[in-house]
Amino acid sequence: MTIESAIALAPAERAVNLIGADLTEKSLKLHLEGLPGVDAVGLEQRAAALGTRSIKTTSKAWALDTIIKLIDLTTLEGADTPGKVRSLAAKAVLPDASDASTPQVAAVCVYGDMVPYAAEALGSSWSNGSDNGINVAAVATAFPSGRSSLPIKIMDTKEAVANGADEIDMVIDRGAFLSGKYGVVFDQIVAVKEACRRENGTYAHLKVILETGELNTYDNVRRASWLAILAGGDFIKTSTGKVAPAATLPVTLLMLEVVRDWHLLTGEKIGVKPAGGIRSSKDAIKYLVTVAETVGEEWLQPHLFRFGASSLLNDVLMQRQKLTTGHYSGPDYVTID
Amino acid sequence: MTRLTVPKTYKLYIGGKFPRSESGRTYEVATKKGAFLANAALASRKDARDAVVAARAAFSGWSGATGYNRGQVLYRIAELLEGRREQFIDELMATESLSKSAATAQLDTAIDAWVWYAGWADKYVQVAGNGNPVSGPYFNLSTPEPSGVIAIVAPQDSSSLLGLVSVIAPALVSGNTVVVVAHQNAPLSAISLSEVLATSDVPGGVVNILTGSPAEIAPWLASHADVNGLDLAGAERLEWVDLQIAAADTLKRVLGPVVGVPAPSVERIVQWTETKTVWHTKSLI
Repeated sequence: MTIESAIALAPAERAVNLIGADLTEKSLKLHLEGLPGVDAVGLEQRAAALGTRSIKTTSKAWALDTIIKLIDLTTLEGADTPGKVRSLAAKAVLPDASDASTPQVAAVCVYGDMVPYAAEALGSSWSNGSDNGINVAAVATAFPSGRSSLPIKIMDTKEAVANGADEIDMVIDRGAFLSGKYGVVFDQIVAVKEACRRENGTYAHLKVILETGELNTYDNVRRASWLAILAGGDFIKTSTGKVAPAATLPVTLLMLEVVRDWHLLTGEKIGVKPAGGIRSSKDAIKYLVTVAETVGEEWLQPHLFRFGASSLLNDVLMQRQKLTTGHYSGPDYVTID
Repeated sequence: MTRLTVPKTYKLYIGGKFPRSESGRTYEVATKKGAFLANAALASRKDARDAVVAARAAFSGWSGATGYNRGQVLYRIAELLEGRREQFIDELMATESLSKSAATAQLDTAIDAWVWYAGWADKYVQVAGNGNPVSGPYFNLSTPEPSGVIAIVAPQDSSSLLGLVSVIAPALVSGNTVVVVAHQNAPLSAISLSEVLATSDVPGGVVNILTGSPAEIAPWLASHADVNGLDLAGAERLEWVDLQIAAADTLKRVLGPVVGVPAPSVERIVQWTETKTVWHTKSLI
């Protein structure tokens, strides 16, 4: 064992409760590597089987509305402008201008510097820390690569929170994780969680992006999910959307299973957010089925499950229009994003 | 020793691929006397939906090509049809109970129609467009542009191949993409035509061919909000007034039923275009 492994880690409450007061790199590593391995074939088969359900008529109408309520409407481009963020916010408030009964999305997800524009554009629809309304989520900690020092990541997070972000989507340091330095990743998540603290003592919700497309194995995904939960994450999120493969059904199923296990163990409810690559209503419905069958329908609420998506919303709206009008709709009847 | 026959699986043509019907259904194609010929895919409304998506995706590329280029591609279809004469003649003889000479005549007319329409691809703009006289220091130009996705019910009475060619070629000339419901009882030559299209530089999705019941599929295409034009050439025995009403909801251009096969005409090309008029300042003269 190296000397490093004896270094004590930040005493995050969940980890201390589970692993014990003697929380070191070594004890964390022993814990994570002691998790049972993932049966990859079984996992993929289970995910494929859950994707075969046929959801029609009233169930489909319910599913489409639920999907809209669970969407984090996202724009994370280098070319984002305040105007683009304003139009995104307008769409979040009124997704389908031709049908006022369309529900609003859960949140808009933007880069940290765009938070003030998003909050302003949402206006009275902005939740601003309350339980009602649309949240503003900001990506932080050197998104999407996560390649910067901890002080910069903390500054990045604090700035977004000070700007009014209700939710912070942080990326883990995949380089540290893959080289086995679980303690580094753990400490960073704890530090960022603390940076999410607002002046009034409440916390912005922390979503931890695992970037499963870079973790290579299902075992790593399970360990990273467990690690993110132990360090205090409120949500575990699959991907940044910048790396292929982004969210896949098996990976999301695996993360849901971790969340289920954690719930059975502690009674706490952790959220899951698949992000990237979910573009059609049909795909999104498969995720709903997977959530309902793995952790229960209770999870189909904005504070426990989200879709990170941008183009998905238009497809859902077109499907919704098909159900209300009885004929197929087309891209001319939804916004160009 | 006798050789086992190798019967052909006739499938749909959507987005440049040959899928079976999403519904998994097939129907029997028979000669006029009732002898079994083949199983063809019985397309469902979802196949029609997928076809419209494919046609929409292909529109920007096909309409963005130059008229000269489109003309070359359309002419190549005629070349390849010529090279597969035997197959088409056999299929027409079998499905329509034609004599060899009648089948040959139909194929020749169909090939000639392709060539005729191909020639118009880089010429119809000059005929349908105009430099409008205005009193001012401007040019004022009207030019036809393709409408978008055209849904077509191919002629259903006779001449399955010629009827199909006579309705899809004029829509393609200006750069539209099409979703066409083939002759219900004699769809074999339509599917073989799709094999020609797939190998003749026509981008996937530009032509999408569905086989099955026009009565089942046409209402979905007529009401589809992402379809820009509706050609009811072969809809005489359908409730075509209802189809026109459904099409009016989303402001489609509509052509009504035709007796027999529509003759080649520039009007059919121009029907599926919209006129764009622009002002342009005259530079110093």
